[in-house]
Amino acid sequence: MSLRWLLGRAGLWFSVFLIVSPAILFFVWMLSLSVKFEVDNAAYPPVFIPEHFAWSNYTDVLASNRFLTYFKNSLLVTGTATFLAMLVGVPAGYGIARMAARKSAVVILIARITPGLSYLIPLFLLFQWLGLLGTLWPQIIIHLVVTVPIVIWIMIGYFETTPLELEEAALIDGATRWQVFRHVALPIAKPGLAVAFILAVIFSWNNFVFGIVLAGRETRTLPVAVYNMISFDQLSWGPLAAAALIVTFPVLLLTIFAQRQIVAGLTAGAVKGG
Amino acid sequence: MTSLPHAGPLAAEADASLGREWRPPSYWPFVIPALVVVLAVIVFPWVFTIWMSLNEWKVGAPTTFVGFANYIRLPNDPRFVESVEHTLVYTTLSVLLPLLFGTFAAVVFHANFRGRGVLRAIFIMPMMATPVAIALVWTMMFHPQLGVLNYLLSLVGLPPQLWVFHPATVIPSLVLVETWQWTPLVMLIVLGGIAAIPTEPYESAQIDGASHWQMFRYITLPLVTPFLFIAAMIRMIDAVKSFDIIFAITQGGPGSASETINLYLYSVAFIYYDLGYGSAIAVMLFLLIVALAALLLHLRQRALWTEIGGAA
Repeated sequence: MSLRWLLGRAGLWFSVFLIVSPAILFFVWMLSLSVKFEVDNAAYPPVFIPEHFAWSNYTDVLASNRFLTYFKNSLLVTGTATFLAMLVGVPAGYGIARMAARKSAVVILIARITPGLSYLIPLFLLFQWLGLLGTLWPQIIIHLVVTVPIVIWIMIGYFETTPLELEEAALIDGATRWQVFRHVALPIAKPGLAVAFILAVIFSWNNFVFGIVLAGRETRTLPVAVYNMISFDQLSWGPLAAAALIVTFPVLLLTIFAQRQIVAGLTAGAVKGG
Repeated sequence: MTSLPHAGPLAAEADASLGREWRPPSYWPFVIPALVVVLAVIVFPWVFTIWMSLNEWKVGAPTTFVGFANYIRLPNDPRFVESVEHTLVYTTLSVLLPLLFGTFAAVVFHANFRGRGVLRAIFIMPMMATPVAIALVWTMMFHPQLGVLNYLLSLVGLPPQLWVFHPATVIPSLVLVETWQWTPLVMLIVLGGIAAIPTEPYESAQIDGASHWQMFRYITLPLVTPFLFIAAMIRMIDAVKSFDIIFAITQGGPGSASETINLYLYSVAFIYYDLGYGSAIAVMLFLLIVALAALLLHLRQRALWTEIGGAA
């Protein structure tokens, strides 16, 4: 029995190793690429831990003026698009849940299955006509396509599960619907707010399609900026890997510290932006 | 999130209803701001796309109504037909492989072991990480001379591959990235399903001396089928729409060997600026997703009937 148990444990750990190693190896290799000089990155067989670390890959990326601009662009686009989505999406999720109008969420389903590029064609023309190209506004507005459905969808799910008794009691005591929402429903739904916020931030931060069409030289977000590094830096892997790691680092950090919220959000609605 | 401009209208409504008999104020004011946004950024683009697809619409040229001419052009456009084939192959593989590995991973993560939380966080990192950043590193790993993948192959005695640099291996290589990236989502969905299964069937099966495989095959698998189906549906939608990974790694190449409908749509609309034709492709892409979803639903229905038939 104990031998069988031991074998079972060994099998389990082997399976765990098998499953997790692709992710671990990838990110370790990404880190390794980013701290090596070109000599080491071009070596065969590959060097895993270099003798000399090329920290300059990081400092060069961080020190360039452009990087700061792109970082600010990313912050502004993701921040504003998420803030606006929370502002309109949270009350909407509440209203839809209380009206039991889940069918109206079919629009969100359609938004979910529509390829991002389909929005780009008409909105590109609209932004051109409004003269907004060249500013950050087109990207902020189009990122709402990603953030608003996520927030509404997750909030519907949360408000459907919060108890009605308290809200009814407050209504009978003469509170307005707005006061009930603000002082009764919203505080209870705090975990839901966190889930919606985190997922909206991640999917907006990661978005690439909208940027390649709408961003100009000065309005690129980080994913677009990193992509554009390839064209003129074809063979300098170190700085490129460092830039890629810097771009995705905030998201990886969030994944570790907000794992519970992310898992809850993804399995509740299984929504993904873009 | 402290104050919203809708307290005003709500209060006004409450005042107005004081005189008449009391009825609960409506929830509409909560929904209207979002409705405006959804109409502007989701519904309007959709209606406009359909309208554009019926026009000859090129940037810098006058537009003319051409009816279904853009749609009639599609089946006679070899590049489009080819892109449909690529999309179907890419999608099929990108649904099946993550489903297979994701189910296995879910069974493993359902077990109790030390460090499960941290390992699960690491496991879901690929799907949360910025796709373009990931794609860049995969491109380096695919490099035929300097890439680490060919080195790994050489360790187990396999010949080096050209990966994304050869027309025959480019789609499987991209599917490898897609599978690596999205297996975690399938795992999470299936794990949710496994966690919901009561323990009694397993206990009685254990008493009857069932093996792990038998318990998985006859208890777990049938009970998580609905979750597998949901996972397949989501995976299908995302695989058909896949853009970032393909664009960043191959841009549809070499030649047009990995050009899916979405990639072709990008070229038509934003390189050739043929917006009318691009819109027609966008509509067809959407319809393809709807058709595949219907097909999956149909398969699910049939599977249900065989299950019932088998039980009877």
